[in-house]
Amino acid sequence: MSDLLNRIRQMARMMVGVQDYGAYVQHMQAHHPDLPVMTTTQFFRERQEARYGGKNGGKCC
Amino acid sequence: MTRHIPWMLIAIVGAAALSVVALSRGEAVNALWIVVAAVSSFLVAYRYYALYIARSVMRLDASRPTPAIRRADGLDYVATDRVVLFGHHFAAIAGAGPLVGPVLAAQMGYLPGTIWIIAGVVLAGAVQDFMVLFISMRRDGKSLGELIRMEMGQVAGAIALFGAFMIMVIILAVLALIVVKALAESPWGMFTVAATVPLALFMGAYTRWIRPGRIGEVSLLGLVGLLLAIIYGQSVALSPVWGPAFTFTPVQLCWILIGYGAVASVLPVWLLLAPRDYLSTFLKIGAIAALAIGIVIMAPPLKMHAVTQFVGGNGPVWSGGLFPFLFITIACGAVSGFHALIASGTTPKLIASEADAPIIGYGAMLMEAFVAIMALVGASILDPGIYFTMNSPAAVIGTDASSAAAAVTAMGFPITPDLIAQTAKDVGEHTIISRAGGAPTLAVAMAEIFSHVVGGPAMKAFWYHFAILFEALFILTAVDAGTRAGRFMLQDLIALAVPSFKDTQTIGPSLIATGLTVAAWGFFLYQGVTDPLGGVNTLWPVFGISNQMLAAIALMLATAVLFRMKQDRYAWVTMIPTAWLLICTLSAGLLKLISTDVKVGFLAHAAKFSAAADQGDILAPAKSMAEMRQIIFNDRIDAGLVAIFLAVVLALLLFTIRTCVAARRAERPTAREIPTPLVAAE
Repeated sequence: MSDLLNRIRQMARMMVGVQDYGAYVQHMQAHHPDLPVMTTTQFFRERQEARYGGKNGGKCC
Repeated sequence: MTRHIPWMLIAIVGAAALSVVALSRGEAVNALWIVVAAVSSFLVAYRYYALYIARSVMRLDASRPTPAIRRADGLDYVATDRVVLFGHHFAAIAGAGPLVGPVLAAQMGYLPGTIWIIAGVVLAGAVQDFMVLFISMRRDGKSLGELIRMEMGQVAGAIALFGAFMIMVIILAVLALIVVKALAESPWGMFTVAATVPLALFMGAYTRWIRPGRIGEVSLLGLVGLLLAIIYGQSVALSPVWGPAFTFTPVQLCWILIGYGAVASVLPVWLLLAPRDYLSTFLKIGAIAALAIGIVIMAPPLKMHAVTQFVGGNGPVWSGGLFPFLFITIACGAVSGFHALIASGTTPKLIASEADAPIIGYGAMLMEAFVAIMALVGASILDPGIYFTMNSPAAVIGTDASSAAAAVTAMGFPITPDLIAQTAKDVGEHTIISRAGGAPTLAVAMAEIFSHVVGGPAMKAFWYHFAILFEALFILTAVDAGTRAGRFMLQDLIALAVPSFKDTQTIGPSLIATGLTVAAWGFFLYQGVTDPLGGVNTLWPVFGISNQMLAAIALMLATAVLFRMKQDRYAWVTMIPTAWLLICTLSAGLLKLISTDVKVGFLAHAAKFSAAADQGDILAPAKSMAEMRQIIFNDRIDAGLVAIFLAVVLALLLFTIRTCVAARRAERPTAREIPTPLVAAE
């Protein structure tokens, strides 16, 4: 049940362009252990900027 | 063999439902037959056609690393669960288009639209989305413009980029026009939509400083705010002070929207755009789900005729005959070129395995077609008299209930003035006459369906304004996001001549590009708002033509890629829909240019008005010589725009043919995919 809720939560966040923070941290630990990891707030702001401020602003009619 | 039996049963059910829809005459058909016909067709098409394309045409390889694996960075490139990614992709492609087009197309009856949506999505729309996703996924998630440049050359890429910018301008103008049509003279609707601005600012501040990243929490707060705005909107509208303060004419609203677009698109994204996007995305998904459930519970009979007398042309909602104009009126929902931009945007960077591509590329588009079917059902369960009262221009039916009732009854759809007045009263509006644009009609239908399930007739006005708010909210988000996207496209284009323009961080070029983009769509919006025939009449066909042309361009790219992969024996999969879209858009475009029917041809209309102006006559609906000149000028601009679109698509057709011929001469595949050995080595 909590797994289902988690999936729904992830899908809702992904619908507005926010990836899973846990996956990001895992990726950084696995591949770039030497680099600093963004906090949740930094991560959230980075995702907002990437979705709306960059070139992916187009939405469908 | 036994595994095919369930699918055969689904196919039989679908065929039976479709024949009920197509063949019954006289007695009312239940809307569920359309839903069943659509859903079973989609399931069978997905099981057989999408998988055929995946296995034979694309030869998807689940073991081949996707960009999300190869370039994983935890941010843009992330291998994402396919159900989660389906939601992401569907939320990005679903917008106002599939809701509005089918409503407008209902003037020809529900049957032509139903057949085009089902056949169009299966053979063209979903194929396009799926192919573009595939092509981009094999090329590191590059965008449509870059893909065309890679596979068809620099010039072709630049032409496509220019075409995409013009299409963006028209889309923004049409979307803004729909909002104007929905909110004009409607203080209740205007108040609720205006209330979303401070609400979004509050949400922006909340996610910035108070509880960063808490999207669910802040969206719930926002939803409560929205519901309060709808509830109190009624008292605001009735108040002698506030009611008039929120009542605007279409021209005033046009300027408000232009100003809003200019300001909103230069504000920091977290302040207004992002929080409103949360609200509009979740509201959109929720409303679509609620509409589906509502239709199933209510099981309404269809009141619209299966086919009306307007299939031959001369309909009041939009001009032109079934061919080619139906096929450009229902653009999104059957096939939408705009999706090519989404399918080559974020989605290909997030896909975890090539095996997920069919459900996301093909499947999400089937879902969008289902939304279009629901919109068509919505328009068709209304009394046809109400439908034509709401969607005919004032120049045809006048502005009061008795003239409208007389005119619509004369069309063959009997209605009384009392019913018109009562319907307006039920939904809490001053008038429902000539509320073209699709959104108000759909809102009346949604109010009908929702109030049947929750709240009864007393809740109709609430649900009507809820539906208007939901449509206006995501259209405004699209206007804001689209202005930004248009600005980047324009900066790219200008940078072809002036390289320094590309710097998106410098203030000067950004402001100039934003200003030009807003001015461009603002011009067409103003033209549409002041158009005596209602604007939607003129602008929606131009939008449809341009959107379908972009789809043709995307499918031509797909054809070129298949030739370059040496898969040309399968290229009919993309060539058939390309040919159909070219036939529809080129003939619609040519008719808009050279038709001698003044209702269809822009130039014929301009010629008629300028001949009259030379004589010193003023033709209705113009009221002065200045308005006459305005109409002539607008006609010529529209004609020029259509001519540009025709030129763009013909140029790309030539590039495609050249690419395909060269690919056939080559001995080896020439497609520029990221090669498998390199993939494996990295």
